[in-house]
Amino acid sequence: MANSAPASLSSSDNYRSANLWLEALRNLRHSPSALLGSAVIGALVIIAVFAPFFATHDPLQTMIGVPGETGRLPSKPPCVPILGCKDPQHILGLDLNARDLYSRVIYGTRTSLSVGVITISLSIIAGTALGITAGYMGGTVDNVIMRLMDVVLAFPALLLAISIVTILGPGLTNALLGITITFIPQYARLSRASVLSIKEQEFVIAEQALGASPLRIVLAHILPNAITPIIVQGTLGVGTAILDAAALSFLGLGAQPPTPEWGQILSESRNYLFTSPHLVFFPGFAIMITVLGFNLLGDGMRDALDPRLNRN
Amino acid sequence: MLKFIIRRLTFSIPVLLGILLVTFTLARAIPGDPCLAVLGERATKDICESFFRRNGLDQPAPVQLLIYIRNFLQGDLGESMRFHRPVMELLVDRLPTTVELGFFALLFAISVGVPIGVLSAYRHKSAIDVGTMIGANIGVSMPVFWLGLMLAYLFAVLLKDTPFALPPSGRLTPGASPAPFYLVQGLVAEGEEPLGILRFLSRINTLNAILTLNGELLVDALRHLILPAVAVGTIPLAIIARMSRSSVLEVLSQDYVRTARAKGLREHVVVGKHALKNAMLPVITVIGLNFGLVISGAVLTETIFSLTGVGRTLVDSITSRDYTLVQGFTVVIAAGFVLINMVVDILYGYLDPRIRFN
Repeated sequence: MANSAPASLSSSDNYRSANLWLEALRNLRHSPSALLGSAVIGALVIIAVFAPFFATHDPLQTMIGVPGETGRLPSKPPCVPILGCKDPQHILGLDLNARDLYSRVIYGTRTSLSVGVITISLSIIAGTALGITAGYMGGTVDNVIMRLMDVVLAFPALLLAISIVTILGPGLTNALLGITITFIPQYARLSRASVLSIKEQEFVIAEQALGASPLRIVLAHILPNAITPIIVQGTLGVGTAILDAAALSFLGLGAQPPTPEWGQILSESRNYLFTSPHLVFFPGFAIMITVLGFNLLGDGMRDALDPRLNRN
Repeated sequence: MLKFIIRRLTFSIPVLLGILLVTFTLARAIPGDPCLAVLGERATKDICESFFRRNGLDQPAPVQLLIYIRNFLQGDLGESMRFHRPVMELLVDRLPTTVELGFFALLFAISVGVPIGVLSAYRHKSAIDVGTMIGANIGVSMPVFWLGLMLAYLFAVLLKDTPFALPPSGRLTPGASPAPFYLVQGLVAEGEEPLGILRFLSRINTLNAILTLNGELLVDALRHLILPAVAVGTIPLAIIARMSRSSVLEVLSQDYVRTARAKGLREHVVVGKHALKNAMLPVITVIGLNFGLVISGAVLTETIFSLTGVGRTLVDSITSRDYTLVQGFTVVIAAGFVLINMVVDILYGYLDPRIRFN
């Protein structure tokens, strides 16, 4: 008897949440911004996974001394054969080290997408763990954790990331860690708020009375109820994380040459802005499209997953 | 209201202390020997020892922290190890650039963002609305540094010989050295050392130009500010436009707006007086929160447009391990951020009494 109550409770919960997800998916299908966002992200994922098929050259290969190559920047890229370009070898031209820019931008998709997703996943895990602990334990633990989060939030994000990367040393992994830390408080606050609103509800008190462990209560009841706003925030966060990572690389603190990373490609060519603007334009445009994709999807998801908005 | 302000002030104290502790720790965690970084690789052990003694770095860390907090409260941020000048003096030198940039960036963001947000809410689902929201989405997705470079290319290269040409770097035309307003207005005699605050204000070029009634200088300063301010302001603009739109949309569906319309009030009174006043509350919060974005944007934009502001100095000092400067600048920026958020909260409590009593 003691076991059947929570079991039936959680199964009815699952039933409800499954419906909620189905409904959210249905809503997502009707949201133009979510559809467009998913299409953009889908295309970028395909490009990242099959980068060797899309790229025309090795992104690290310099074209000097290669047979059939002049090793010079084409005068007017982009050079697309259908548009009547005579030299279709290098669609976006060569960068300053005579590497194929198009292939570097294509491979850059891999770096940016993985940085965005890994950063946000790590900060969601850490932030949610901290937020749930704070909300569930309350008292001093809550106070200490949340004041710490306040302090982290008191620093402008990029500035804190820069300071952390300086201590850890420049590099993509450290940039990723630095950005992760700046994102943690958002998820801690969100999950703590959800815990506070859920932990006083009768079904949770009933579980506690039946002797369920705190871990079970958190995993079976609190987490599923708190996850929606975190997913929405997370999707929007991927875009911001990609922007931050690119900014760090631009300042020379993130990805190091010759890694093909959009911010880094931009940083290398920025002094040639006035003579070869295309070197700056394309990597930046790639960053913008990617971030736009995640922002559109996040917006669509917020509309689809928030029942309060649906009523309106 | 006073009780609310006191409560809000008390909340900020632990955060400020936390900031002091974190910056202190961060500055000391920067790898490398500060002595070698400042005095060069050939500094001997003896020279380094006296360097440590002079800068208080020979004391145990907790003592250093206490000295640091005491000095901070007295407005003494120490001496920059690289520039051999008080950090406070450097701040007075360089903060005006960032303050001016941030002010014009936010001015641009608010004066464009709020009207287009309100307009697209008022014309909900019209072409204007859809267009604005697409634009806002593109705006928040734009890398600041890329936008800055593209603007520089557009206005300094493509539009070079047109009336729209704008300078891509610096704060004033090279060679221009405007007289500070305190000398022009005779507040301080020539050769006398002016107060820090006067020096600070005189370095805000636009303000200095207004106070000295120098129209030419004002135009020059503004022309140099347009591109960086637009670059820094674009993301806040998009966020403010989105926020204003959703906030006005929500208010327009409220009962009191319907009542106002039912009473036969003119539409501009309904929107301007009843709807907008209430809709602007969340927008104020968002404007306060955007301060962080402005600072982050300033770090990148100052690098692109060669402006010697706080952001660029800070990034340069991190690479040269100038502990005291990094510590001082970071603490002032973070404290400023906390202070602005506090002011926004208090303003919010003043405008919406429900917050005060909650």
